[in-house]
Amino acid sequence: MIGLSSYLVLAALVFSIGLFGVLTRRNAVGILLGIELMLNAVNINLVAFARYNGDLIGLIFTLFTISITVAEVAVGLAIVIAIFRVRRTVEADRLDLLRG
Amino acid sequence: MTLETVGFWVVAVVLLASSLAVVLTPNLFHAVLYLAAALVATGVIFLLLEQPFLFAVQLLLYAGGVVTIVVFAIMLTERLVGERIRQTSRSLVNGAIVAAAVFVGIVGFLLRSPVVTLRPGLEADATVSIGRALVGPFAVTLELLGVLLVTALLGALYFARSEE
Repeated sequence: MIGLSSYLVLAALVFSIGLFGVLTRRNAVGILLGIELMLNAVNINLVAFARYNGDLIGLIFTLFTISITVAEVAVGLAIVIAIFRVRRTVEADRLDLLRG
Repeated sequence: MTLETVGFWVVAVVLLASSLAVVLTPNLFHAVLYLAAALVATGVIFLLLEQPFLFAVQLLLYAGGVVTIVVFAIMLTERLVGERIRQTSRSLVNGAIVAAAVFVGIVGFLLRSPVVTLRPGLEADATVSIGRALVGPFAVTLELLGVLLVTALLGALYFARSEE
């Protein structure tokens, strides 16, 4: 029988991989992909906790996070497209207009 | 070795491999395809946790919706002819150190928590319970979620529209 901690360790691994991607990617779309992985790991945690505690709330939360993530990706990519239209680049390092 | 054990390890390997491919592959388009694989693997984990409804939602919204949007964004920002987006990464060592530190922190926290292996029995049908909860105690939240989705879509349209 697979224990709860196996799922949690797996989710932690996926979360760390996503964090690694966010920190190392130069491309704004690549950074968004890393954020997707991190949110995905959170969903695994929520469902695993809900299942092992016999609680429904975690499942509801997962539904909400999935929907909110879709909205977040839509807005984020729209911003990326808008930035690309103005600056002709989506490299996060070169988008430093607001740097003081 | 029950079916669940074998399934868990197979899915875990697939999920970790595709996640690593998402952050390491140099071609951004390939990264999105690997992300789709990782999202489907996550859906299978939901199946292993006996939540078929969430599996369907994961496939429809995540693997279907998000991946499609990202592919479109890449096509729009990548000049289709000529130079491709080279997905060079920077400071790999620093990123690996931070990610490993976070992982060690989480696992250290897990090690101090009690071990849970037994699952409570499934109630009749989780999908029915989810539906009743969504229109019962979480009705306001559900409505707010609808407002959020409309707002986000309008915002995305506003940002991405062409100037003329």
